[in-house]
Amino acid sequence: MSVMAQAADRSDAHGGKSLLRFITCGSVDDGKSTLIGRLLHDSALVLEDQMARLEADSAKFGTQGADIDFALLVDGLAAEREQGITIDVAWRYFATARRKFIVADTPGHEQYTRNMATGASTTELAVLLVDARKGMTTQTRRHATIVSLMGVRHLVLAVNKMDLVDFDEARFREIEADFSDFVARLADDKAAVTSIPISALKGDNVTTASEHMPWYDGPTVVAHLETIDVASDRAGEPFRLPVQLAVRPDQSFRGFAGQLSSGSVAAGDAVAVLPSGRKSVVKSIVTMDGELETAVAGQSVTLTLEDEIDVARGDVFCPPDVPAGVANQFEVTLIWMGDEPMLPGRPYAFKLASANARATITSLKHAINVNTGEKLAASKLELNEIATCNISLDRRIAFDAYSDNRDIGGFILIDRLTNHTVGAGMIHFALRRSSNIQWQSLDVDKRARAAMKDQRSAILWFTGLSGAGKSTIANLVEKKLAAMGKHTYTLDGDNVRHGLNRDLGFTDADRVENIRRIGEVARLMIDAGLITLVSFISPFRSERRLARELVGEGEFIEIHVDTPLEVAESRDVKGLYKKARAGEIKNFTGIDSPYEPPQNPEIRVDTAAMSAEDAADEIIEHLVRAGIID
Amino acid sequence: MSALGHLQALEAEAIHIMREVVAGTDKPVMLYSIGKDSAVMLHLARKAFHPAKPPFPLLHVDTTWKFRQMIEFRDRTAREMGLELIVHINQDGVARGINPFDHGSAVHTDIMKTQALKDALDKHGFDAAFGGARRDEEASRAKERICSFRTADHRWDPRAQRPELWKLFNTRLSPGESVRVFPLSNWTEADIWLYIEAEDIPVVPLYFAAVRPVVERDGTLIMVDDERMPLADGETPKMRKVRFRTLGCYPLTGAVESEAATVADIVAETQAATSSERQGRLIDTDQAASMEMKKQEGYF
Repeated sequence: MSVMAQAADRSDAHGGKSLLRFITCGSVDDGKSTLIGRLLHDSALVLEDQMARLEADSAKFGTQGADIDFALLVDGLAAEREQGITIDVAWRYFATARRKFIVADTPGHEQYTRNMATGASTTELAVLLVDARKGMTTQTRRHATIVSLMGVRHLVLAVNKMDLVDFDEARFREIEADFSDFVARLADDKAAVTSIPISALKGDNVTTASEHMPWYDGPTVVAHLETIDVASDRAGEPFRLPVQLAVRPDQSFRGFAGQLSSGSVAAGDAVAVLPSGRKSVVKSIVTMDGELETAVAGQSVTLTLEDEIDVARGDVFCPPDVPAGVANQFEVTLIWMGDEPMLPGRPYAFKLASANARATITSLKHAINVNTGEKLAASKLELNEIATCNISLDRRIAFDAYSDNRDIGGFILIDRLTNHTVGAGMIHFALRRSSNIQWQSLDVDKRARAAMKDQRSAILWFTGLSGAGKSTIANLVEKKLAAMGKHTYTLDGDNVRHGLNRDLGFTDADRVENIRRIGEVARLMIDAGLITLVSFISPFRSERRLARELVGEGEFIEIHVDTPLEVAESRDVKGLYKKARAGEIKNFTGIDSPYEPPQNPEIRVDTAAMSAEDAADEIIEHLVRAGIID
Repeated sequence: MSALGHLQALEAEAIHIMREVVAGTDKPVMLYSIGKDSAVMLHLARKAFHPAKPPFPLLHVDTTWKFRQMIEFRDRTAREMGLELIVHINQDGVARGINPFDHGSAVHTDIMKTQALKDALDKHGFDAAFGGARRDEEASRAKERICSFRTADHRWDPRAQRPELWKLFNTRLSPGESVRVFPLSNWTEADIWLYIEAEDIPVVPLYFAAVRPVVERDGTLIMVDDERMPLADGETPKMRKVRFRTLGCYPLTGAVESEAATVADIVAETQAATSSERQGRLIDTDQAASMEMKKQEGYF
């Protein structure tokens, strides 16, 4: 590194520059793209061929009459240029003599809340644009709320289009006061605000001080961005290093690679490895440029230890006297980014730093109105909605509160079927109960109970449309098993809904909870050693998968009772289809609520091709082959 | 952030990205195009896994129209660093005689580069491919993720990109899907040269000014690198002192007149430049929104 620093000093001041990442918030109407275009242009970052293309595009798509439309400089996708809107986060780069800047330019409309949260997540400062004529708008409040939630601690309120209000100081002060009031009301009020009156189009107070506003003696936008000290104290915070991977080129070397998220570490320092809590001492800090005495926040390094202790990806190195927390249940703020709504109880893949886990939202405490900051009741979260939730993981992880450390306090949720990133969350604190409840370890276990019954326990999960014949076939299978002396129990959809689940309706959220409870009951049954037959429509793949994952490998046998909708509807034993068609029953599977057929069921029963009796025989044969029964 | 200068910050970020992708995917590969960005990316890969070697091979998609000096440099680099190098050529394209002169830049690039790249990734079953593209190169790149997800047929859908928050990369894939990874996303051309200077990274000599045979076509200086270059009647190569800001297929890459003979000269020239580096790349401008379309079809 020192070689690099020297070389940079030799060439010019460039290499020694600091780096500032910031986000710009506002809409095209507020002049946001114009401001970025001006920053790039005035710092001579727009080159001749790009300028030529900009002039051509301005004539074709521009919204500024004969003038150059700087917005087109930043809108990179064809659809954006044609429609004159910003859809996605665009990243821009410029440098002044003192600093290099990375700018996240994000769209301002409510349907792009996820894009703004994404852009804000890596930035230290936010520039919020307000049109001087309109003052604070709903949009301004939303942007301030989002950047505040994302932990951006430095805000710049750029009051734009001052030329259109005759550079009036009173108007500027009024907007400044409104904004300060609002920011003070946001939960996290640690953000520092600097207000600057500008005209992005004309250039006033962007790079050069305005001649039209002698009453303003603060910095220009660029001067402020160049000099603000965001060198937050990350170096002064406790040492944290999430382990990305073990480096083992041969038997003689075993190192742990990762990037310091805060603090510093030196050879000879004592360290603890979380969540295990094992301790050791740093033997060396290895880089290709030689060993380092000390590594600081932001550096990517490889540590070796004095002791051969167990360390793996997902672990976090900390000082033993200032450790990170370790828990598996948390209160969090969750921003939903998926097209499908978030349903409490549904399992998602979870990633925090390098740690992976499986997560479910155990309770949705309240949603947050992103325009006002108000709390609202909610049973699910749609795209772009934000809520305070409790979340439960299947394993314990090392963490800090997001307000203390973004790297090990922020996480994403991933849909396990589509693999899309569907949520972003920020940990507030661990729930106390997660550290108190211990699993009871019992001596007589599932295997012992099943062996006494001369069988292996399993769940036979019958899924299919209403009227497909699930209960009929399940009933035949149970009779055959009983005749063979096997111990069974049947959980039937209708019966369970009369008791355990009578508080649940038929919304998507309730269907998820319905299956979750059934899955848990079935798990207790197989723990008791029983062959458990579950006969439920269970229309969603992800809940069937949840039930599958509650039990061991080979214990879950999914049986798709496959009957075409027309056939099931023509049978209509209970008269339900008729009512659903008449609109008397809402959310009826197959009519106005979807059925997602299994992709790889263990058994598929085609009721058009075989009788219920044949189907039951085939299922019994499968159980024999699988070693559940003899 | 107390101490880190911007090059150190960019270096640490790129190393972090490479380690995450190696930990999160099954069979990564590094696309090695021999240019300055590839040189920096390879250098960072060596740092990321030191003292081990980078745990992935290098892949070069050879259109057979690269500068001869590039091929020499490629083979020497792989040999000296002891890394596995896979060279893939679209033999079907070669058999059909595809070339940029008769078929135009768009067809040539599609068959010899985009198609060849997809075939190579499929053939070896790579699920992650590192590339040296930067967001400052071109407008549609500015919108692309660091981990850019591709469907089983290698398509990029700019409207369905995964949000990338903090330093968290979602590398989960379904069978057949893959991810293109750009560790240099946040670097600019100036950063690349400053880093090459600071770290003393070897690059292809074509980047440095020298007297070379060129012809001028449509205002672009094209170097006559071998005898396959057809010359018009009366057209004779002239010897001019030129260098390249970017390296691709020689008939499709324009030279610039320059006196910059060292990395320090190039740094100075880059900072005073009045045109962007891809101006010399003819394939970017063969139609409107050209790069975005190529990327959707599977080009890097």
